[in-house]
Amino acid sequence: MSTAELIGTDPGWITLVKGLLIFIVCVLATLMSVWGERRIVARMQQRLGPNRVGPFGLVQALADGVKLALKEDLIPKAADRIVFVIAPIISATTCFMSFAVIPLSGKVTLFGHETVMQLTDIPVGVLYVLAIASVGVYGIVLAGWSSGSTYPLLGGLRSSAQVISYEVAMGLSLVAVFIYSGSMSTAEIVSAQDQWWFCVTLFPSFVIYAISMVGETNRAPFDLAEAEGELVGGFHTEYSSLKFALFFLAEYVNIVAVSALATTLFLGGYHALPGLGFTESWLGGWFTVIWFLAKVIFFFFIFVWLRGTLPRLRYDQFMKFGWKVLIPFSLAWILIVATLRVLSQQGAPKAAVIGFVVGVVLLVLAVSTLFESSKKRRISNDALGEVQPPSFPVPAIPGSKTITRTEQLNG
Amino acid sequence: MSNLALEVGRTLQPEAVMFWILAPLAVAAALGMLFVKKAVHSALLLAWVMITLAIFYIAQDALFLGIVQIIVYTGAVMMLFLFILMLVGVDSSDSLVENIRGQRPASIFAAIGLGGLIISLISRATLGVETIGLQDANSAGNVQAIAQELFTKYVWAFEVVSALLITAALGAMVLAHSTSTKSRTAQRDQSIARFRGASLATAAGLPGSGVYALHNAVDVPALLPDGSPAPTSISATLDARGDMLSSKPFELEAKEVEED
Repeated sequence: MSTAELIGTDPGWITLVKGLLIFIVCVLATLMSVWGERRIVARMQQRLGPNRVGPFGLVQALADGVKLALKEDLIPKAADRIVFVIAPIISATTCFMSFAVIPLSGKVTLFGHETVMQLTDIPVGVLYVLAIASVGVYGIVLAGWSSGSTYPLLGGLRSSAQVISYEVAMGLSLVAVFIYSGSMSTAEIVSAQDQWWFCVTLFPSFVIYAISMVGETNRAPFDLAEAEGELVGGFHTEYSSLKFALFFLAEYVNIVAVSALATTLFLGGYHALPGLGFTESWLGGWFTVIWFLAKVIFFFFIFVWLRGTLPRLRYDQFMKFGWKVLIPFSLAWILIVATLRVLSQQGAPKAAVIGFVVGVVLLVLAVSTLFESSKKRRISNDALGEVQPPSFPVPAIPGSKTITRTEQLNG
Repeated sequence: MSNLALEVGRTLQPEAVMFWILAPLAVAAALGMLFVKKAVHSALLLAWVMITLAIFYIAQDALFLGIVQIIVYTGAVMMLFLFILMLVGVDSSDSLVENIRGQRPASIFAAIGLGGLIISLISRATLGVETIGLQDANSAGNVQAIAQELFTKYVWAFEVVSALLITAALGAMVLAHSTSTKSRTAQRDQSIARFRGASLATAAGLPGSGVYALHNAVDVPALLPDGSPAPTSISATLDARGDMLSSKPFELEAKEVEED
């Protein structure tokens, strides 16, 4: 029996219970991830991080949430009131919806009923996640526009342009997964990975997805939409109290959602690590949830690590990277994957497959060598000319005449 | 045969309930789209109509179509509309004066023509054609069935439409493109220019504007170590507009402390 048929046998109340469980897991994951992020970043910066409220500061996020909710709720005079209120609601509701198709576990028994921890399984599950993400952008755009001031408008435009551009790269990176698993349903993609995870077999797709998921969630180093030095707080500058809390919640739920999708598509979903397959039947199958959560936490740690390490990109560099590097690269990769898939499906001889792979590798090497040499020529062409020595002590510029210390001091 | 048609035409209970809730909302939103004042509100209502249509498609077992409708129309097309509306401005209203003559009759003619075309196409596809039913059409899977039709029977039409769209996109780019006489200086070029110039005196950047006890705005020059104001610390625009203030009045005067 396939997962979709198994879910089809669920009575209504089981679906309700599952929906509630998934919602609780999401909210708890958000609270924990806010705390976790602050602790991890603090550790990376040799601080302690929140450690006062509750053991290890665990309920700090909850305390902050209550504080936010009790603050004064301001609506600017120039704001478009209806849209201003709707925007955070769109953001906060859509971010939860993608969890409906994420398989959290293998076969388990819930209140004496055999099922899987997945709300529904549709044949176009992954496209559904993309569709929900594209509706979620409305929250950001409308928040920026309805605030009636310049910084939020610019921030909103920036972040929606960013999300839309990186959604293209993300969608293209998923095509290889669809080709290899032969399906767009999340449950079938997970079961197609029982031998080899797609992060190994489709490594370039995995890299593209991992980069574009950071861009898609507006997180550092791609958080230009909230660049404090340029745009104050970006699209949510004018928001306060619960409405701001909703945006905050949406950001973290989105991080967990893209991590969960990455786990499902590339890290084998709820499957155990290779060689530990016997653990999947522990606790009557519920142990698979722990594997799933462990992988999501791994991705979340990467998000925090990036934030603690990398400086923010400039906007034009970021867009150039998305459109001129990621998208052409994924298109070329899709062509290669599709050709390989057709070759293997048509039962082509091994020699043809190996010949194709060697040909592609040689082509890539040739192109990259040409590119490198033209770049080198360009750099050597504009070598530094003669510069008048400064009248004050400065470090020597590479390529210019070395200035001795006495010369510097004597002027 | 008539029995099958009846079977196909009947609506199941949950679907009927959903229809009677969503359909009035969709119609209300469509009417609202015509009558609201702000262009952004009207775009939002249109987005809502599109989402309701997608839900209807999904309820009718056209899962792929419904999801793609949301991704393409709500996510991409309407988003571009919103972008333009926002950038054009909140309060700008359309002028009703015709810039190009004869555009209104031409557009009415085109609209009637398109309507006729759609009606004739739909009637050709439905009238007198045996109904297969979605169960049979989707027997190999909804996505697979669509792919089969799209890439075998209708592959020519599909490619023609994609060529048309690419032509339109290229045309828009050509029309919107303006050839600049010299390349825009980016941060990198400015950085190179600073270090390759005749002098390195300003390589580290220009000084910031003055910060005083009584004033710290951008319109007052900073003071150099010798006490003279530094005009380079102020934007040239402010200077040209005559908005530059003198730094003198903002300096704290040394007060004489009277001793009793």
